[in-house]
Amino acid sequence: MTDRETRITPLHGAGGELMDELLARLILPRFGKKVSPQSDAAGAARIGLSALDDGATVALPKAGELVITTDSHLVKPIFFPGGDIGRLAAAGTLNDLAMMGARPIVLTLAAVIAEGFPIVDLERILDSFAAALAETDAVVACGDTKVMPAGELDGIVLNTTGLGIAERAVSDAEFGVGDVVIASGTIGDHGMAILAAREEFHLSTELRSDVAVLWPMIERALAVGGIRAMKDPTRGGLAAALNEMARKSGTCIEIDEAAIPLRPEVVGLSELLGISPLEVANEGKAILVVDPAKASAVLAALRSHPLGSAAAVIGRVTDEYPKRVILSTEVGGRRFLDMPLGDPVPRIC
Amino acid sequence: MSQPFHFSDPKRARELADAIRILAPREPVKLVHVCGTHEIAITRNGLRRFLPESVRILEGPGCPVCVTPAADIETAIRMGEKGAIVCSFGDMLRVPGMDRSLESARSQGVDVRTVLSADEAIRIARELKPREVVFFAVGFETTAPMTAAVAVDNPPANLSILTSHKRIPPAMAALLDLPDTGIAGYLAPGHVSTILGTKGYETDLARHRIPVVVGGFEPLDVLYAVALLLRQIHDKTPRVENGYPRAVSEGGNPAALKLLDTVFETADAMWRGIGTIPASGLVLRPEFERLDARRRFGVEALEDEVEIRGCRCPDVLTARAVPSDCPLFATRCTPLSPVGPCMVGAEGACSIWFRYQGERPL
Repeated sequence: MTDRETRITPLHGAGGELMDELLARLILPRFGKKVSPQSDAAGAARIGLSALDDGATVALPKAGELVITTDSHLVKPIFFPGGDIGRLAAAGTLNDLAMMGARPIVLTLAAVIAEGFPIVDLERILDSFAAALAETDAVVACGDTKVMPAGELDGIVLNTTGLGIAERAVSDAEFGVGDVVIASGTIGDHGMAILAAREEFHLSTELRSDVAVLWPMIERALAVGGIRAMKDPTRGGLAAALNEMARKSGTCIEIDEAAIPLRPEVVGLSELLGISPLEVANEGKAILVVDPAKASAVLAALRSHPLGSAAAVIGRVTDEYPKRVILSTEVGGRRFLDMPLGDPVPRIC
Repeated sequence: MSQPFHFSDPKRARELADAIRILAPREPVKLVHVCGTHEIAITRNGLRRFLPESVRILEGPGCPVCVTPAADIETAIRMGEKGAIVCSFGDMLRVPGMDRSLESARSQGVDVRTVLSADEAIRIARELKPREVVFFAVGFETTAPMTAAVAVDNPPANLSILTSHKRIPPAMAALLDLPDTGIAGYLAPGHVSTILGTKGYETDLARHRIPVVVGGFEPLDVLYAVALLLRQIHDKTPRVENGYPRAVSEGGNPAALKLLDTVFETADAMWRGIGTIPASGLVLRPEFERLDARRRFGVEALEDEVEIRGCRCPDVLTARAVPSDCPLFATRCTPLSPVGPCMVGAEGACSIWFRYQGERPL
């Protein structure tokens, strides 16, 4: 095989023959065929990806709200225990829509790839992206490929924009005193799995990233009603998500440390590295703030889905210290849980 | 999580808090620990909430990075300027030196690499032979044996060691001799004590008749050690007591102690913010001088003591102040733009208080 059949070259992003070949070989077979289930429904694409036109069309909903979100994804390593950048990119954008209470309908997919990137790796990434997408009814409507010279980019960056439809979008701040805070599952799995996978630590663990598409589980919870706010605790982890919610809503969120679902491996790694599991990313978890009258029903709905089997009430909303998060520690102490400062660095004793 | 013994058990914590309240004297007592990991355990778990108002616990010189003299940082940078690759622990990088840090030197082209252990410096030396590699060895008796192990294990010829290792017991003694410290008892560090044993404190602290309790790092370990300290104070029976027997023995780790003694000898050492403390440094013995980076690069000993205006790190490191006593704390001085070393080192009291909101027990 020639080099340009196995590795990405600048020509693959140049808009000529080689790029058409790449689209025909890699993109269209994966994303070109899938169409919306009801072709007259909101979100259906009259001109879709396979048209390879300058743009794609999306039918407007008759009622409700269109929700739009965008995210760029880079991760090191690109393939990690439990997932890869493809799954991460699809799930990340789909989850942002889900957290708005929106059913995902359309995604875009733009890739910036380093010259020399192995095409087999690209295929693996696209397969993961397609598999994650298949967990919802959403389709890829358009995309873009650019190639950067070797050395100017480390591997690959994916950008995805997503469109979804909500009857009424759910914000991350419209809640009040007395509401109940629920975590949809174990906290810190993704961040700790990625840290453990970094070669400099020489760690071996069974821990896998939790990267997952949340919409099927969230759809069940939304059907119960009473959900005031949602957020996925990605970068900065649970600590960042809760602080953002407290600040925006002007409330105080009090969390019960002993109630936070944590895997023993995550607890062990966090003690070893000196990094709090509350400050590292999750890629398949949701924080829900719920009407107390509906809390147990929402919890049951979450637990009825495999992704939510470890869902738990972890705290409640008060007015004690507005815009702050308080952690009642397991041993019986209390402290503020603040916004993490940045990427956590392991402790050296 | 199921554990045979639950080290965060709230019921046991309340029992210990009751004991602490009964044993606590009416007049204020100041307890001091000398370990960033203890401060993290105390602050992160909100343990000050269990102490009556009369009992305060402060971090002293418990952050190896924070007490490393600015002159040693400058020395490392000058070795880098002579072409060496400088290998340093990550949280050393941003510590302000004489007029530059390792990080700012790196941005000027000095080859500074962060490592997690001395082993990694060896790997770099082997890979990049024949380039000279300097391991900037910082840390107390917990990390010093690892440096010693490297020294006796036939390291590559292009590796040398800039040692800034320190002994914690002489610093504990020195603090008692300083004016205005008013220390009633020491919570001694569990990690260091696994090496030193409870015996390791006796010589240096013999003339001081001060209560010392070795403590572990789980919430209940800390509360238990505090209760033992208060009992010693109450009974007026000062001695070195083991509050962490599941990890620490009387004699410590003989293999590690022998290794330390083989490679290092004690010498007076400069502690940032405190001054020179007799016999508190670990320097390479003459048999290992071929590994001594100072000799290899001929960098002269530099005069130290950089004062940072307005920064109360010296008071924090001598347990005369808590971070929030400093006017710069969380205003001009934050982990993102640190003024003094205590805000940089991950074990530094200011950095810990900033990260875990130690300024007021809720």
